[in-house]
Amino acid sequence: MANDPIHQFQIHDLTGSFNLGGYEISFTNSALFMGVTVAVITGFLLLASSRAALVPGRLQSVGELWYGMIDNMVNNVLGPDGRKFFPLVFSLFSFVLVANMLGMFPYFFTVTSHVIVTASLALFVVGLVVVVGVWKHGLGWFKLFVPHGVPLAILPFISLIEIISFLSRPISLGLRLFGNMLAGHIVLKVFAGFVVSLGAAGGLGILGAIAPLAMAVALTALEFLVAFLQAFVFAILTCVYLNDALHTHH
Amino acid sequence: MSQSTTATTVEFQVAEETAPAAATGGEAAGGEAHGTTEGTEAHGGGHQAVFPPLDTKTYPSQLFWLLIFFAALYVLMSKVVLPRISAILAKRKATIDSDLARAQALKDETEAAVKAYEKALADARANATEIARTTREAVTRDVDAESHKLDEALAQKVTAAEAKIAASKAKALDAVEDIAADSAVEIVAALGGGKVTKAAVAKAIKG
Repeated sequence: MANDPIHQFQIHDLTGSFNLGGYEISFTNSALFMGVTVAVITGFLLLASSRAALVPGRLQSVGELWYGMIDNMVNNVLGPDGRKFFPLVFSLFSFVLVANMLGMFPYFFTVTSHVIVTASLALFVVGLVVVVGVWKHGLGWFKLFVPHGVPLAILPFISLIEIISFLSRPISLGLRLFGNMLAGHIVLKVFAGFVVSLGAAGGLGILGAIAPLAMAVALTALEFLVAFLQAFVFAILTCVYLNDALHTHH
Repeated sequence: MSQSTTATTVEFQVAEETAPAAATGGEAAGGEAHGTTEGTEAHGGGHQAVFPPLDTKTYPSQLFWLLIFFAALYVLMSKVVLPRISAILAKRKATIDSDLARAQALKDETEAAVKAYEKALADARANATEIARTTREAVTRDVDAESHKLDEALAQKVTAAEAKIAASKAKALDAVEDIAADSAVEIVAALGGGKVTKAAVAKAIKG
């Protein structure tokens, strides 16, 4: 049972069922780890900024690096009028990063391995892009889908492609993160399962277990990289999409 | 642990699907839900039928708590955490800027002082040269005047001396004529030529 690779994604409620308007919204292990994620982010950053030293210590440096990375990203991609989105991009990045990282602990639940979470975040981002775009540019913003200088004959076709590409953004944004986290955890679990079952066979099996063990170690390192990278990708794509809403170049 | 997990999961699904009262009928309802007879008997079998991320029964709960916690995170970040960190960074930037500005001011001051010193030095040097020049000119002028005066005095003396020499010479010549006249008178007398007056002789000599 321990080496069932799907088991780790199981959601079960912790406090008993709780209904709101006919929907089951009980406090689950997923909700718990969302809470832990928020607590870890807030706790860490408050601790890091508690001394507020002029010359930062190690912890404060990490906090400032964290802040500075997203700060730079927002400034570079969105420019000065994108400042108001900085807290949002920072929250998205931090939430995804810490949720991914917490998922690396054995027996911890990975919030971002569920498509509903990642897709909701992605839909929220793209929905925000539409809202901000229309807010700033009015209905003219929809000219985004009608590129300049395209012959009239193929314009409907191009517009269709533009619309499809825009609509596929939340799908790719959400599925990328979901797929990476899910697949990584499954593969890791499968290799770890090999180690256990081969080791249990004894003798030659123990010798044979070395290869999947090495693989599991390597994959763990890779997963840490992926955990960071996916959070980074999510944040930078959020910036790129928001840039479309703020500065329409068409 | 897995067994209990399975049970709660099934319960979760049942609670969602049929009725809250079905909590006790886990096995039967579970079998129904999964469409297999041995679904809940094999350990972990409960979740093999529905892949957890695609189990829509859990979506309302996940959405609800995601909304709550992400909103909380956003508020905490934008109202508490980020202002704190940006305040630290702003303070550091201000400190560094003011230190740099002070350093620049001090540097400017030093440069101004060096410039002033160099100017004073150059002025002093120019002054000294000027003084030397005027002194030299004054001295030269004095020397010139003095030597001029000396030259004039010497010239006067030379002229006086020349006059004196000329006078002496004339006097000496007069004396020669006198002596010559005397001698002539005596020579005439000695030769027996009669008496000749000295005045006539002198007149004759002068011719």
